[in-house]
Amino acid sequence: MGSAGEANAAGDTFAKLLREHAVRRGRRPAFRHKDLGLWQTWTWAEVYDETRAIAAGLLALGLDRGDTMAIVGANRPKLYWSITAAQMIGAIPVPVYADSVADELAIVLDHAEVTAVVAQDQEQVDKILAVRDRLPRVHHILYDEPHDEPRGLGDYDEPGLMAFEAVVAKGRAALADGNVAADLDRRIDAGRGADPSVILYTSGTTGRSKGVVLSGERSIAAARDTVAFDKLTDRDEVLAYLPLAWVGDHYLNYAQGYIAGFCMACPESADTAAGDLREIGPTYHFAPPRVFEALLTRVQIRMEDAAAFKKWLYRRFMDVAKRWGEKIANGEKVPLRARLAYGLGDLLIYAPLKNALGFSRIRVAYTAGEAIGADLFAFYRSIGLNLKQLYGQTEAFLFVTAQADRAVRSDAVGPPAPGVALRIAPDGEVQFKSPGMFVGYFREPDKTLEALTEDGYVKTGDAGYLEPDGQLKIVDRAKDVGRLTNGQMFAPKHIENKLKFFPNIREAVAIGDGRDFVAAMINIELASVGDWAERNNVSYASYQELAAHPRIYEMIGAHVDAVNHALSRDPMMAGAQVRRFLILPKELDADDGELTRTQKVRRRLIAERYAPLIDGLYNGAAEASISAEITYEDGRKGKLAGTSRIIDTPPYPKTTAARAA
Amino acid sequence: MTEASHEILLEVENVSLSFGGVRAISNVSFDIRKGEIRAIIGPNGAGKTSMLNVVNGFYHPQEGRITYLGRSRSRMRAHEAAEQGVARTFQNVALFKGMTTLDNIMTGRSLKMKRGLFWQALRHGPALAEEIEHRRICEEIIDFLEIEHIRKLPVGALPYGLQKRVELGRALAMEPTLLLLDEPMAGMNLEEKEDMSRFIVEANRLRGATIALIEHDIGVVMDLSDRVVVLEYGRKIADGVPDVVKADQTVIDAYLGVGR
Repeated sequence: MGSAGEANAAGDTFAKLLREHAVRRGRRPAFRHKDLGLWQTWTWAEVYDETRAIAAGLLALGLDRGDTMAIVGANRPKLYWSITAAQMIGAIPVPVYADSVADELAIVLDHAEVTAVVAQDQEQVDKILAVRDRLPRVHHILYDEPHDEPRGLGDYDEPGLMAFEAVVAKGRAALADGNVAADLDRRIDAGRGADPSVILYTSGTTGRSKGVVLSGERSIAAARDTVAFDKLTDRDEVLAYLPLAWVGDHYLNYAQGYIAGFCMACPESADTAAGDLREIGPTYHFAPPRVFEALLTRVQIRMEDAAAFKKWLYRRFMDVAKRWGEKIANGEKVPLRARLAYGLGDLLIYAPLKNALGFSRIRVAYTAGEAIGADLFAFYRSIGLNLKQLYGQTEAFLFVTAQADRAVRSDAVGPPAPGVALRIAPDGEVQFKSPGMFVGYFREPDKTLEALTEDGYVKTGDAGYLEPDGQLKIVDRAKDVGRLTNGQMFAPKHIENKLKFFPNIREAVAIGDGRDFVAAMINIELASVGDWAERNNVSYASYQELAAHPRIYEMIGAHVDAVNHALSRDPMMAGAQVRRFLILPKELDADDGELTRTQKVRRRLIAERYAPLIDGLYNGAAEASISAEITYEDGRKGKLAGTSRIIDTPPYPKTTAARAA
Repeated sequence: MTEASHEILLEVENVSLSFGGVRAISNVSFDIRKGEIRAIIGPNGAGKTSMLNVVNGFYHPQEGRITYLGRSRSRMRAHEAAEQGVARTFQNVALFKGMTTLDNIMTGRSLKMKRGLFWQALRHGPALAEEIEHRRICEEIIDFLEIEHIRKLPVGALPYGLQKRVELGRALAMEPTLLLLDEPMAGMNLEEKEDMSRFIVEANRLRGATIALIEHDIGVVMDLSDRVVVLEYGRKIADGVPDVVKADQTVIDAYLGVGR
């Protein structure tokens, strides 16, 4: 292993890695958390000490090797330490999405057979208590007490409910006894790399979520490869703001952090993440395309409000960036004049802009999860952000493909990551074998068998192909790719992504499999459309009212038209242009089950719930009505009724001429 | 709520208040026990806000007595009320719109600042230590009210629900003995109301503030309060625990509407 590898910690479990860091870089910062307006920092030595205390506390509660323990909450150092503490004693941590509704929580906790839960606050505890009768195995519920105030928990008299700090204090007291400390040391040593290290529940795009079991040695092997790939060191810093339960957080922050020994900074709260990003100035960063999109929208809105000179300056230098930025970033040959103009632009616009976004120190940034618009991607790269794409899965422990520095493009996701074997099945499905590959689905061996090919490759369920330069291109979910009645290939996501690249469109659902033509249902983006409405004196009281406004229909109609134009130039897709569309009277929402927690549309559910609207799209009606049921986070239900107008959009002829021109 | 003692914190006896010929409050008596959440309800114009203004010394009644912390007087003085731990929020949010959330909450500490202008202007030594302590207390309140994300934003630009929260924060910064809340949930949606209810209950329970609350949302009132006093046209028409008040025929007729 190279020099980068030598600087990293050795070990085949995360507990061993932590112990190693405590010795080798004990005084380097390991975690930060903003509390009461101030950044608090813990060194690796302190984290090791805290984690041991938690582990001893859990042992005192009776937790043992092989038990599962859920962790529910936002990104807090204590919750990360709880993950390691569980791993330390040989228990298996199960991070759960903090924004799951009580019912979803119950399903995961029950399936994972957890005996203990570490919950962040009252909100999480309430959800667990609401479904406790379905969770007979849960003996202990630990909650964190911020600043010694048992918020809203003072009156609770629930068996097994106790303060996290009390458990830690107990553990710390126990560790004073040399035998207990020695026993904990033995447990750390006894941890085997082949043992399950964590169970990550998938977001459930395709039905009920499954518990992906990852082993320590595989997780560590995968993370070690990519730490070397991106040359991450203990001088790097990240803002740990991604959901704890998501593979991305567990990989990019937790696993890579525990390999490279870099510092994980936890934001004060989910709402402050953008400001905290600026204060921390991470060097390594991940954000899904929609976050980059929202940031760009904000920049554009702010620039609309700027003074004329600033606006001119911005436009002028963004043109320079557009023309030369990516070429400079990719190390291509560029005339000196362009280099100078870009340098000036960096001084005046790009650097201040990156600073405002919190991107000043970023060396490596990744985006993944959804296709990213070419313009959006180019914007960030052109201002000098080393933004790259990766393609991954929970089953792979994230990385399947990743773009190397200077070999980056927007429409593909990169060549196979280090150590990954990738192939395209005859039916177009992407399959892989990787160092971080999962061990199996928890308690579902039949599903594990289904997910694997006979020769041990993982079936991703995604359709794609390899480009001549070796980069993988993903088209859609393999099972979502369908055909129109005339045999034209229909890849809904391909069309939806093109629509969503317009800042005014938040979400789109394309329909067409087994139909005569393609139709679309659209969600407007309230931030940008609302801003437009304000500027144009269009008054509205609600999303629904704004969505139904004739001028908004006009605006979205123009976007659909532009997408059709783009599709008409693609010989594979020209027949799949959008013939009719409507604007949904309600925002698609994960709480209503319409999106997954990772914000992917759930097609089958939407097709059922919005059936009356879909019928309207195909029976030629000029409008259609719907009444949809809304489920709030606490499980209560409400109803929403609405009517949408339906607009016809004439398709463009298949243009081979356009390609010649 | 939990420690509903019977010790009387505030007693209002036979208070009458007129503005020229308009009689806003006539001969109203009630008390507030230490540690309770006391609701004042009634239709518009019943004299609820006037009553709060009498309690914190903003209005001076023509008749009656007010006993607060064992001291009886014919009227409260505003500065005296503030010094003795009476804090309040207003029906139409009264914040410094151009100042940040943090600065607004810090103003709630002004009575607690011991160092004089000289030291404060120097921002050195004891004054600095004092300011850090005040800041810590304000930060705890910010954390408690979950408004970290607006800490540095001017309050004028904030949505109404958040402004109400900031105002509560400023009142809590006074570490009040008696907290007067004038329609803390007016104009809020369900989720905001639930949050606000939680903050009120916890301010009462954890921070030990006795609370007098004017609120129109009867559901909230019945849920939160230990006792309810009902006013109508400046007169007291009922007083008691929520269940009793709810069943009182005069109240039903006057306030909740006949035939419910």
